[in-house]
Amino acid sequence: MEKFDVIVIGAGLAGLAAAYTLAEAGAEVLVLEKGDYPGAKNVTGGRIYLNPVRDLFPALWEKAPVERPIVHEQVALMARDRSLTVSYTGDELKGPEANSYSILRAKFDRWLAQQAEKKGAMIINKTRVDELIIEDGKVIGVRAGGDELGADVVIAADGVLALTSQLAGLRGPLDPKHFAVGFKEIIELDRGIIEDRFGLEGDEGAARLFMGEVTRGKFGGGFLYTNKASLSLGIVVGVHDLTDRAPAVQAPALLDEFKLRPEIVKLISGGQTVEYSAHLIPEGGLKTMGRLYGDGILAAGDAAGLAMNIGVTVRGMEYALASGYYAAQAVLKARESGDFSAEGLKVYQQLLNDSFVMKDFQSFRDAPQVLDYPPLFEHLPELAGSIMKDLYAVPAGPKERIYPSLRRYLTVKEIWDLIKLGRRMMKI
Amino acid sequence: MSEIMNLKAKLGLDVFKPYAEPHITIKAGMEKHHLLKRAVLVCPAGLYSENAGGEVELSIDGCLECGTCLVACGSEVLEWHYPQGGSGVQFRFG
Repeated sequence: MEKFDVIVIGAGLAGLAAAYTLAEAGAEVLVLEKGDYPGAKNVTGGRIYLNPVRDLFPALWEKAPVERPIVHEQVALMARDRSLTVSYTGDELKGPEANSYSILRAKFDRWLAQQAEKKGAMIINKTRVDELIIEDGKVIGVRAGGDELGADVVIAADGVLALTSQLAGLRGPLDPKHFAVGFKEIIELDRGIIEDRFGLEGDEGAARLFMGEVTRGKFGGGFLYTNKASLSLGIVVGVHDLTDRAPAVQAPALLDEFKLRPEIVKLISGGQTVEYSAHLIPEGGLKTMGRLYGDGILAAGDAAGLAMNIGVTVRGMEYALASGYYAAQAVLKARESGDFSAEGLKVYQQLLNDSFVMKDFQSFRDAPQVLDYPPLFEHLPELAGSIMKDLYAVPAGPKERIYPSLRRYLTVKEIWDLIKLGRRMMKI
Repeated sequence: MSEIMNLKAKLGLDVFKPYAEPHITIKAGMEKHHLLKRAVLVCPAGLYSENAGGEVELSIDGCLECGTCLVACGSEVLEWHYPQGGSGVQFRFG
């Protein structure tokens, strides 16, 4: 059996970050990727927040092929017949180190793989890992494409389904309550049109989130990100809400309806859809994470459940990059003692705990429960829309005084519900 | 119906490489299982449908490999693997 220091399953952000870091430190690392090229199976909604990971890979970011720095943020409450949009821009979003960037993974992951290869990592594409080789309870390698390949440590960076982690007994079956499904179209549009339409200066980008009617009141929302010469337009919706919350609707119909909204039609007009993709997102947070390490194995990225939705920021890619980095650091520490058992690898948990990764997951451990609140997605967008309607209306006859028309919507019960919502939100 | 045509057209934009064998199958005898009906709602590619006899059918061509059906329905009713290396969807944008 051919033997490597480390085998990484999956050339996504977690796996490539681990391979890059390990190879840079001189370890012999093999990455196995089932797609034709790194990124071929990888999907994002679209944006990455780089600030938390800039220092982990200082040499990477100057040339990283991201799309546009996001300097215009909008969130829209979508009622059935109207919408209310909050728009935010500020100097803090801009600059050479912008807060977030739109990104396309096929391009980005391919580039990151090249950087890892330059450091000495070996990446083999078109190769699916079929099984773990486990001896006396310890992972000692993988079976892939008919070959047996050995390693001191296997890093499971095989994505959201965590199939490898389940084989290693690190986690049990997945619960639909803890996952959302995202699906999107890439819509090609001339750069100049994008910049005019979204009011962008040159390379600047915009992000727009939409909640309410776009998911028929189910947990989730719509999103739009501007890339260099395309738009990423899609829907994210809770899997459990799709299966168990009325009205019953087939997921793809939500995106079709979204595209027909007047707010969206004018933004995508003239564009050409060139790809349709989907991705499952682990949104259960800290309480639903399995174990992240075992004998001879570490889990990173989506496979470790490291994604988080706290409303206007939906994050995962920087946690993937960071967990890959810390997995690599843990392996390097374990190499010093030659102990690749769970005991030797548990430093991984400590490294994550001391980093922004687990600090964020601790801080926002209640977010999934807080946000799993139907009025937020059903009632609130309608209420906000109705208030706007009356506030702005100038009817044919006399206009009603503002206070009584507001009171029609903001009844005692309504105000009490809003206070309760506020109290829920205090946990985030 | 137009929605379904729409979806087929959309999937037609993606690059797919042929499978040696279907990587997801409905387990024998589970075609009418209530858990399987969830797949009809959640599949972003609309690959699951319920026939007049109440059986759920799966047409694997166009699978985006997101795994939502597995999470929604569970391994009790679905035999689920990723496709062999070098087959299935190959995203050009992602």
